[in-house]
Amino acid sequence: MQTVTKEMLIAKAAELLDNGSVTRVFGWQKGEFDYDVTPALFHSAAEMEKDFVWNDFCGANFSKYLIKDKGEGKVLVFLKPCDTYSFNQLLTEHRFDREKVYAVGIPCDGMADIRLIKEEAGEGVTGVDTEGDELVVHTLYDGDIRLNRGDFLAERCKVCKSKKHVAYDELMGDDGEIADSARFDEVAKLEAMSADERFAFWQNELSRCIRCNACRDVCPACSCEKCVFGNPKSGVENKAASDSFEEKMFHIIRAFHVAGRCTDCGECSRVCPQHIPLHLLNRKFIKDIDTFYGEYQAGAEVGSRAPLVDYTEGDIEPSKAVERGGANA
Amino acid sequence: MRKCVLADKNALLAAMAAVSRLYVPVDGADKQAVFSEWKDGAVLSGKLNTNRSAKDFFFPQTENMMTFKMSGKKLEIFDTRREHEDFILFGVRACDVRSFTVLDNVFLSEPVDTYYANRRAHGTVVSLACNKPAETCFCRTFDIDAADPEGDVVCWEDSENIYLTAKTEKGEKLLAALENVTEACGDDAADGVKTLVNERLGKLPLAELKADKFGGGKTDAFFNDPAWDSLSEACIGCGTCTFVCSTCQCYDIKDFDTGHGIHRFRCWDSCMYSDFTMMAHGTNRPNHMQRFRQRFMHKLVYYPENNNGLFSCVGCGRCLSRCPISMNIVKVMKTLGGKEDA
Repeated sequence: MQTVTKEMLIAKAAELLDNGSVTRVFGWQKGEFDYDVTPALFHSAAEMEKDFVWNDFCGANFSKYLIKDKGEGKVLVFLKPCDTYSFNQLLTEHRFDREKVYAVGIPCDGMADIRLIKEEAGEGVTGVDTEGDELVVHTLYDGDIRLNRGDFLAERCKVCKSKKHVAYDELMGDDGEIADSARFDEVAKLEAMSADERFAFWQNELSRCIRCNACRDVCPACSCEKCVFGNPKSGVENKAASDSFEEKMFHIIRAFHVAGRCTDCGECSRVCPQHIPLHLLNRKFIKDIDTFYGEYQAGAEVGSRAPLVDYTEGDIEPSKAVERGGANA
Repeated sequence: MRKCVLADKNALLAAMAAVSRLYVPVDGADKQAVFSEWKDGAVLSGKLNTNRSAKDFFFPQTENMMTFKMSGKKLEIFDTRREHEDFILFGVRACDVRSFTVLDNVFLSEPVDTYYANRRAHGTVVSLACNKPAETCFCRTFDIDAADPEGDVVCWEDSENIYLTAKTEKGEKLLAALENVTEACGDDAADGVKTLVNERLGKLPLAELKADKFGGGKTDAFFNDPAWDSLSEACIGCGTCTFVCSTCQCYDIKDFDTGHGIHRFRCWDSCMYSDFTMMAHGTNRPNHMQRFRQRFMHKLVYYPENNNGLFSCVGCGRCLSRCPISMNIVKVMKTLGGKEDA
């Protein structure tokens, strides 16, 4: 259950709008149901009273929206702990003006995954309320179904890497700690496979890709003005994969491109309409970077140099990495 | 009308598969429903609808249209089309059946898209009434009847039987081939299911959504509405809505030099993409709001204007549950259509 309430966030926004600290607010807007929340820009407390929502379905990360936002004065943005890592990473890359943003850190008790809920409760879910450790799922045909909240959190929240905010102007509630996360367990399982098994795993997953580019377009690390895959002059533009090679190429190139910059926010897997576990590609890179260069968390500090764009005498020799891969390289 | 007891559904499907290749919705590895070739004993998906729409069968995401080869000054053109074999799609929902009509209006009007026509001519559509419509459904908004779908053959299921009736010549041919596994029944046999479905449709959260403020001739009423700015603000510009949509029909054609000849390749395109309909002078929708507006104006105004008032949204709800930011046609219709002067 979230410790900071919707009312507290509206009051905070109203205070900052009133005293002129900010002119607008990035916040989550309620939809038709409790779980179809849309990121939106609010301009007054009255607008927020009407439509603002803060519940277990506010997974959308606002950091990337700061790049596009060009309004007058400062914008208020609410950041969950994981969002603050993307925020810092984008600052490191000089993608938005820190002076134009007022960041309020808010604690997060994890976000629920509506897909998991619908798999359990069936279709026809008209709303979901949180009551303590339980989710009360309202359905069209089966009445109310009570689920254990912890079981229906998004994967990224079940293995949450940090409840600690690494960036904010002001913090609401208590700050948490960096967690001893189990987020690499699934990667370890993939590593334990033979090369053929692993190839088959990714072939199967990526064969479902429809090249909607949602993973790229939502990714805070994918902030190029013009993506090479969307540029007709690049020679490699493709709007659809014509074969299994192209299915893999887009995702693997993208994973390489964000390696060392990906904070593991998990938005890619959240938005994939085909339910491809894309975050596992990025986590493999993070795990390898940790192993080869020492632990590194993108976005933990503004201005940190990622191992892949830095050089130290202690850097691993490329040949060692190949040796480590062995027969699976 | 004919019927078959549910216990014999596998035999019914086997009889269909004996007629031609049969595709049915089954749960894939990701627990989402997907049309797959029927295999004996296949467990059909309990999901209301498939993750991807059924349009893939007639308008696939990618296809090679032809191949060219140059040798000296000689140019050879190879037609890569093959006569499609007959196939049956079982379990198509009313919304998706209507989407075929929307696509037919585009691809079967002159000049006919022979690639599409080839597949369409060989496909038999067996539809299935929606016993449990979902919270994201709004087919009634567009006068689609999930209790009594269109299709070559229409099916209803209750707790005991599956009822079948033919609506077209193709459908009659298929039903005739199923005589050994079905028995005749009264035309009112499925009325109980129809009543139940109608009751449920009436109670859906989006049951009151109306499209009557939209349609042909409404370009001026909506084109310059300031609400497009706020509606499109959060859109990340991906193509999810267009690619899961059962009626989106835009495509791109490009020639690729493979080094061993040139492939003329066609694939789905999305009006959300920045290079959509790029022309020599550039693009006519340079900003994101314009691209966003195009998608909804096309469904709600431009298409009906050119197609006797038929909307090119069928209310299947796929975009509602797939959009990364949960912005969708329902929210657009409520915002624009909810105004007094609309």
